[in-house]
Amino acid sequence: MRPLKHLFGIADLDREQIEYLVNLGDSFIDINRRPLKKAPTLRGKTVINLFFENSTRTRTSFELAGKRLSADVINISASTSATKKGETLLDTGQTLAAMQPHVLVIRHSLAGTCEFLAEHLENTGIVNAGDGAHEHPTQILTDLLTLKQTWGSPEGKVITMVGDIAHSRVARSHLLAAKKLGYTMRIVAPKTLLPSQIERYGCEVYHDFDAALPGSDAVYMLRVQTERLTDNCAFPSLREYHEAYGLNAKRMRAAGSDCIVMHPGPMNRGVEIATDVADSAKSHILDQVEHGVAVRMAVLAALCGGQAEEKKPANRKQLSDEAMQAQRTLL
Amino acid sequence: MTEPILYRPEAVEDALDQMAENIAVSESEVCLVGIHSGGADVADAIQKRLEQKGVSVMRGNLDISFYRDDLDTIAPHPLVRRSELPFDVAGKSIWLVDDVLYSGRTIRAAMDEIFDYGRPASIRLAVLVDRGGRQLPIAAECVGFSHEAPADCNVELVTEGQWLIEQRQVKSCDH
Repeated sequence: MRPLKHLFGIADLDREQIEYLVNLGDSFIDINRRPLKKAPTLRGKTVINLFFENSTRTRTSFELAGKRLSADVINISASTSATKKGETLLDTGQTLAAMQPHVLVIRHSLAGTCEFLAEHLENTGIVNAGDGAHEHPTQILTDLLTLKQTWGSPEGKVITMVGDIAHSRVARSHLLAAKKLGYTMRIVAPKTLLPSQIERYGCEVYHDFDAALPGSDAVYMLRVQTERLTDNCAFPSLREYHEAYGLNAKRMRAAGSDCIVMHPGPMNRGVEIATDVADSAKSHILDQVEHGVAVRMAVLAALCGGQAEEKKPANRKQLSDEAMQAQRTLL
Repeated sequence: MTEPILYRPEAVEDALDQMAENIAVSESEVCLVGIHSGGADVADAIQKRLEQKGVSVMRGNLDISFYRDDLDTIAPHPLVRRSELPFDVAGKSIWLVDDVLYSGRTIRAAMDEIFDYGRPASIRLAVLVDRGGRQLPIAAECVGFSHEAPADCNVELVTEGQWLIEQRQVKSCDH
């Protein structure tokens, strides 16, 4: 298997790497259920969570993942960072990298932030925790672990994804993963919430939710990102959206008794998902949250594993002979 | 090339019988914890023998991949199995079971992992082969075979078909 130095997106992973991370995540679930939730795997490693966009669950999930593997985890959010004082992204990245962390976990509103920083920072593994509308790979690995637990394998299954596809990095990453792992993505949204040429991903596209339900193995609801929909008129009202694209008990019956419900969170109850569906036995939403920690443990362990071999010598000035001598004397 | 078979199937069966015998005298209820994957097979074999003697056995298995001390040089193994200790370890006397005892690092990692489940009353070690070459102060209380193997050799339990123990020379010594 190709070793993982960074995790930018599903686009860079091959099937073997995806399955490796999902299987590794599977074996970490157990640690999260023990009374003493800690393993020494990442002892002495430092993980910095650098979040330029607000996030509670993803950040908490990465933080717990690092801490449960005994890494030292530091959280930096945009509101408290030097970015507020006018520092550039690159300067922030280089400053943090100079403190020698092993992994930087980054969330940013701009697509490609992680690749950009990785080009300039040596010796630091970078994990994409969501970049704009580009990718959110750990969410997809989380979902794949949930599907593995439910079905064994997603191959041949139909996942019907409903909602704001245009703004969704989760949707994009899933469309990429579906091709690599052999499941079908059925995309459901009003035209105003679909990116142009979406069919080039090889997915099925529906505008009518009810028509898409039969034959679905999972219904995956996306949050209506009201904060990103302020200045255009994607749909008339949340109530009308719920009527046309909300998941309710009637639609669940139409989908069949084996169909499961997923949502990456946070949910808007009464908008994209009705409360009784969200809390039903078919809902795997809280499983997704649990599996998220396990998968992020796997990602951090995979990035930190084997680092000694490929680590390049730090590009630093050598200590002068006098300084070396002084250090020896001190010791 | 010398003959790779170190111990033949009959000898392995006898050794397992003897190990079960030694463990059985220790108490009426035995906790066996095998280390994946060879140790789990040995623990299964001992469990079968103990149950034939009417000794009740509690079984668990550990995968110590996350407790190794060499993550920097190797990536996590792709085939990690789940650790399962389906009983409360607190206060129990545990027999840790492995196939081959070498440096002792695996056993150290396994003890670390057991302590993350709880505080056992005691941990004892049972191994099918003690091949010498210890790098840590760890010793087995119940040993099937003691055999001082050269450092450039792998000693391995083969469980396909009849069980046997092989010793093979490897080009470079990696452990």
